[in-house]
Parts: sequence; C-alpha cells; structure tokens
Amino acid sequence: MKPRQPDHSSTAATTYPRTSIVLHWLGALLVAGCFALGLVMTDIPGLTPTKLKYFSWHKWIGLTVLLTLLPRVLWRLLHASPAMPAGMARWQQRAAHLTHLALYALLVAVPVSGLLFSQAAGVPVVLFGVLPIPAIVAPDAQLKVLLRSLHWIFNYSLLCLVCLHLLAVIKHQFINRDGLLARMLPFLQRPPSSR
Amino acid sequence: MTRLSHLRRGALALALLPALAGAQTMLDLQKSSIVAGFKQMGVPLDGKFKQFALDMQFDPAQPAQTKVRIDVNMNSFDIGDESYNKEVRSKTWFNAAGFPKATFVSSAVRQTAPGRYLVDGQLSIKGATSQVSIPVQMSQNANVLTFDGTLPIKRLQFHIGEQEWKDTSLVADEVTLKFRLVTTGK
Repeated sequence: MKPRQPDHSSTAATTYPRTSIVLHWLGALLVAGCFALGLVMTDIPGLTPTKLKYFSWHKWIGLTVLLTLLPRVLWRLLHASPAMPAGMARWQQRAAHLTHLALYALLVAVPVSGLLFSQAAGVPVVLFGVLPIPAIVAPDAQLKVLLRSLHWIFNYSLLCLVCLHLLAVIKHQFINRDGLLARMLPFLQRPPSSR
Repeated sequence: MTRLSHLRRGALALALLPALAGAQTMLDLQKSSIVAGFKQMGVPLDGKFKQFALDMQFDPAQPAQTKVRIDVNMNSFDIGDESYNKEVRSKTWFNAAGFPKATFVSSAVRQTAPGRYLVDGQLSIKGATSQVSIPVQMSQNANVLTFDGTLPIKRLQFHIGEQEWKDTSLVADEVTLKFRLVTTGK
C-alpha cells in the first residue's frame, strides 16, 4: 500500500495528527530510556540486584517498542504526513523519507537482534516477567557473539540516524526557519494572525 | 599353597564382595546430570553441577536395603557464564570456599510401584540440613540402571542468596533440583 501523498492544498494540515505526535514522543522516550539502560547496565561489574533489574527492564522496554511497531507503521501508512515545507529541495525531501524509513527499519532490527542475542546466550526472555517469548534460536556460543555484535551495530546506527534527524530539525528550525518542528510540536506553531 | 594362588584367591574374594554386599553401583558421570532450575525475575534458568560422586548400594530385589550417598562439588556449578559462576560461588550464594560439598544421605527407601521409589534422607547444603523425601523413577537397560527424579527446595532455607539477594522478587525462593543418575551395577 503506497503511503498517501502529502496534501499541498492551503487547507492542508500543518501538523501531524495528534495520535502520530503521541506515538512519536512516546517512542522516543522508550527508545532513549532503553538505550540509556543498555549503556549503564553493561557497565556494572559482576552481578548485582540493580544489574539484574536493569537487564530485565531493558528487555521489557525493547520488546514493547518492537511489539508496538507494527500498529505504528500501519498508522503511518494510513495517515498522511503534513506537507514538507515549501521550497524544500527535492533531494532533501528524499533524504528525509529515506532517513525515516531507515529509522523504522532499525526500530525493528535493534530489538530483534537483542531478543535473539539473549536467547542465543541461553537466557529466555519473559515480557514483564510473565509472558514467555517463544524460543526462536537455541543457545549457541557462536550465534551469541554474532548477535551481540549486530545488536551493538544496529544500536549505534540508530544513534547516528537519530543525531542526523535532530540536526535536520535544528537546520530547519534555525537556518531555514520554516517552522518544521511545529509539525511534531504543535504548541510551537505560530498563529495565522501573526504572519 | 603358593603365594600366587593366595593372591588369586584374595582377588577372587574381593571381586565377589560387591555381589555379597548388595550390588555396588558405578556412576557414569558423562551421562548423568544434576541441574538446579530457578527463576530470576520470571525468567527460567538452569545451572548444572558438573562434578558429583555417588556411593550407592542397590538391589532391585531388596529396595528397602538401599543405601545412597551423593556428594556434589559446589565449585563445579556452571550457569553458562564464568563471571556469573564466580558470583554464585561467593559467600552470598554457595560460599563454595567454606562449604565445598553438598551431600544427600539416605535413611530409608521404599518401593511405591514397579520401578518407582521414595527415598528419604538428609540434604546438607551450606551448613544447613533438611529432611527430604525424593520420588525416584528407575529404568533399566541391560546392566545400566538410570535413576531420575526432581526435588523442589527453598534456597533461603539453605541461606543461598543472602543480604540483598534474599529478595525473592529477584531470584525466586523455589529451586528445583533435577537429577539423572546413570549407573552400572553388579
């Protein structure tokens, strides 16, 4: 299903639908939290109750991101994004689309690689401590090493793309001054009368 | 009689001794296993003891005469990661330095059904003891006898996981000991 084309008419929406906005910021919070936990928990030496809790919470949050991704992608495909700012070069528009696509792809690749990593390491994953996730891979020392590397690579790729994403926002907001950020943060939107 | 024939008689007598005493069994460590199954924050994990010894006198015809003693090397615990194994051997958990062996010594055995037994005895871990009753299932293939059973225990009863690890929401109190003892006898 092709995503609906952006609506360039003057009555078109200039912000994302409210649900998209909520999903975006919730997702950002979950991903940031999960990443932070991942960094901290792997720095704890030995085995402590805190480390155990962090590992569990990290996996629960990661799985939540993964499981909510399908409905989120469906939503995104069914609801038109607001038009890109007028005068935005075609190549920049394409770059934006590609970056967003890559972000979605990594939001799948990161938790999947993490889940498989845990299973290959012989540690089953139980969502919120009550819902066991079926074993997809069996414990395997070599697979564990491979998946650990993949999880790391995907994570840092995600970090790079998020940084690119943020730099683009800064560029649009402070260099182009085209009000792009208001699409995701509607309270920033200038009221029409002040134009 | 010559010295050699004395020796031969002695050797013969020794060879007959196990049969007279009620079949002494030999453990096949490679095929046997003792596993501790537990849950941490809802996640089921198994750790196995790689080194243990069995001293058993068992005669299927006279099950009540059975005597069993199992000695488990607490330093041989393996949960799949050496840094975690080291933690488990530490004072808060096994204190393997202070209590290098866990033992089970039977006091009474009775047959409950063909090939099924109830083994009463004393379990000692980390200086604490507990009277337990273990249901055991036996299967036989030629002269190989396999004994399978599980015993649920409470880790806190044996002070396993002290101080901050007493919290059972982190590691559950219930631990299931699963064993398979493959023996050749007679």
